[in-house]
Amino acid sequence: MVSSQPIPATRARSRMQRFFASEFFHNYKRNLSAVLGSLIVLGFLVMVTIGPLIVSQNPYDVSQLDLMAAFKPPAWLAGGSSEYWLGTDGQGRDVLASIVYGSRISLIIGLVAMGGACLLGTTLGLIAGFYGGRLDAVIMRIADIQLSFPSVLTALFLMSAFGTGLDKVLIALISVGWVVYARTVRGSTLRETQKEYVQAARVSGLPNRKIILRHVLPNVLTPLIVVATIQVGTFVLIEASLSFLGVGVPVTQPSLGLLIKNGFDVLFSGLWWVSIFPGLFIMLLVFGINLLGDFLRDELNPRLK
Amino acid sequence: MFGYMIKRLIQMVIVLWAVSVLVFVMMSFTGDPTFMMVPLDATDEQIAQARRILGLDESHLVQYWRFLSNIAQGDFGRSFVFRQPAMTLILERLPATLEIVFLAMVMALLVAIPLGVYAGANPKKPASRAVMAGSLIGISLPGFWLGMVLIFVVAVKLQWLPSSGRGPTTEWLGMRVSFTSWEGFRHLILPAITLSVGTLAILMRIIRAEMVEVMKQDYIKFARAKGAPAKVILFKHGLKNALIPLVTVFGLMLGDLIAFATLTETIFAWPGIGKLLVDSIYRGDRPVIVVYLMFVALMFVVVNFIVDVCYALIDPRIKIK
Repeated sequence: MVSSQPIPATRARSRMQRFFASEFFHNYKRNLSAVLGSLIVLGFLVMVTIGPLIVSQNPYDVSQLDLMAAFKPPAWLAGGSSEYWLGTDGQGRDVLASIVYGSRISLIIGLVAMGGACLLGTTLGLIAGFYGGRLDAVIMRIADIQLSFPSVLTALFLMSAFGTGLDKVLIALISVGWVVYARTVRGSTLRETQKEYVQAARVSGLPNRKIILRHVLPNVLTPLIVVATIQVGTFVLIEASLSFLGVGVPVTQPSLGLLIKNGFDVLFSGLWWVSIFPGLFIMLLVFGINLLGDFLRDELNPRLK
Repeated sequence: MFGYMIKRLIQMVIVLWAVSVLVFVMMSFTGDPTFMMVPLDATDEQIAQARRILGLDESHLVQYWRFLSNIAQGDFGRSFVFRQPAMTLILERLPATLEIVFLAMVMALLVAIPLGVYAGANPKKPASRAVMAGSLIGISLPGFWLGMVLIFVVAVKLQWLPSSGRGPTTEWLGMRVSFTSWEGFRHLILPAITLSVGTLAILMRIIRAEMVEVMKQDYIKFARAKGAPAKVILFKHGLKNALIPLVTVFGLMLGDLIAFATLTETIFAWPGIGKLLVDSIYRGDRPVIVVYLMFVALMFVVVNFIVDVCYALIDPRIKIK
C-alpha cells in the first residue's frame, strides 16, 4: 500500500524497531530453515532484477549468439570455457543466462498469477461468506467441483482450449488457484460476521461494502499470507509442467520449464547440462518458497502446527 | 447410511453434468474442428458439408443436447486422427496408465508409512528432521525433471534400466499388462519411481502430522502407563489410528497420480492415457480430449464416493450430516 502522505520518519523507525523486537522476528532469527528459505527467495529476486545486467549475453537477441559456441559443456568439464559457466545449448546460448531470463519469467508468472488468484478468490470468498444464501451455494459448489480435479489437469485442459501464451498461462493458473482463497476467506468471514464488532458496524448503519472492506477484510487476511506464499511455488511448478508439455509459454519467452523441455530433446545425446540446470534452479526456488511457507504457517496459524 | 449414499450419488450425477457442460462450452467456443477434417484446398461447399456431418451447423443448445444424449448412450465420438471410437482408444491405453499409477502408489505407501511414522513418533531426532527436509525437496522438485535425471543417470549412463517405451506385454484379465515379465517390469520401474516421488513426499508429511497428533492422545498415554512395549504402542495404538485419515487422501492421491502421469508418460514414451491426452492436445483431436476428461471425472467421482462411504464405515465417530 502506498500512502498518499509521507510517513513521518520517526514513526517509520519505531515501526521497524517494533518489528525487530517482535516475537515473530525473534522466532525467525532462531529458525535456520526460515532464514535459509528467505535467503534463497531473496537471491532469486536479486538474480532476476539485476542478473540480466551481469550475464554476458541476452540469450534471445540472435545477434549476440555464437553458433560456434553451441553445446559447450559446463566450465569445469573438458571442453568447457570459463565464458559459459553452465555450458551452452544448441544455439550457443549461455545456459546460465537462459536460466536468469527464464527464472524471471517463471517468477513473474508465479507472482502475478498468485496476485490474481488471491484477489479473485478473496473477493468471492468475502461475498460468499458475508451474504450467504444462493450466491454462497453457487460459488462453493463451483469450488467443490474444481477441487475434485487436480490443478495440473485443469490447467492443462484450459491451455489446450485457449492455446499457448503468457496471458493464457496466467488465466489458467488464476482459474485453478482462486478456490483455496475463496474457501479460506469464506470460512473466516463466517466467523468474523458473528462477532460483536461487525454487528456494531451493522447497527451503526455502515453500508455492507464498507463493513466488508474496512472491518471484515483486514481480519481474514492473515491465513492468506501462508496460502499465497506456498502458491507461488505451486504455480512455478504447474507453469513448468505446462511449458514442458508445450502448452505453456511461447518459445520467445521461455520459462525454466520450457528450458527443460528444450534440453530434453538433446538429453539422449549426453548433453545433460542444457536441461538439468534449469530444473535444479526450479527446485531451489520452490524449495526456498516452501521453507518460508512452512515457517509462516507455524508462526501465523499455530493451530496447524 | 442409505440416505447418505443416495445423497452422495445425486451429488455425483450433478458433478458429472457440470463437467459435461464445462467441457462442452470450452470445446465449442475455442476453435473449429472442421479444418481438422477437410483438405487445405477444400471448397466452401465441402466445408459446409463437413460442418453438417459434424453437426456444427446447428445451435449450441441442440449440439449440447446431442452431445449429452450420445454420451448417455455410450457414444463419445470418434477420434479425428485414429478414426476410431475415442472411448476404445482410452480403454486400450488405460491398463498401461493403471500399471504405473498402481506401482507408484504402492512404492509411495511402502516408503512414506515407515518414514512418516518414525518422524512423527520422534519429532525431535535429527533423522526425523532429515526425513522432513527430504520430503520438502520432494514436493519442490518438478517430477518430470526428476524423470529426466533418472533417464540420464540410470538408463543412459549406467544402462541399468530401459529409458523409454513399455516393453513386452501379456494378456492378463483381459488387459495387456507388462508387469508379468521381467523385461516388462524393468520398463515399469523408472516411470513408477518418477511418478511416486511427489505423492510420496506429500504422504510422508501427512502421516507424520497425523502421528504427532495421535501420540498426544490419552489412549497412548494410557498404553504407556500400563507398560505396553514401545513397538505395540507405536504400531498397534499409534499407526492404526494415524492411518484412518489416509483413507480420505486416497482420492486426492489418485487424482494427482493420474494428472502427473501425463508428464511421466510423455517423458518415458509410455503408451497410457496421459500420453494419449497430450498427443491429442497437440493434434487438436477434440473427441479424445473430451472423452479423457469425462472418463477421468467419472473415475474421480466414483473413487471419492467409495472413499467417503469407507470413511464413514471405518470411523464411527464421523457423524453423517
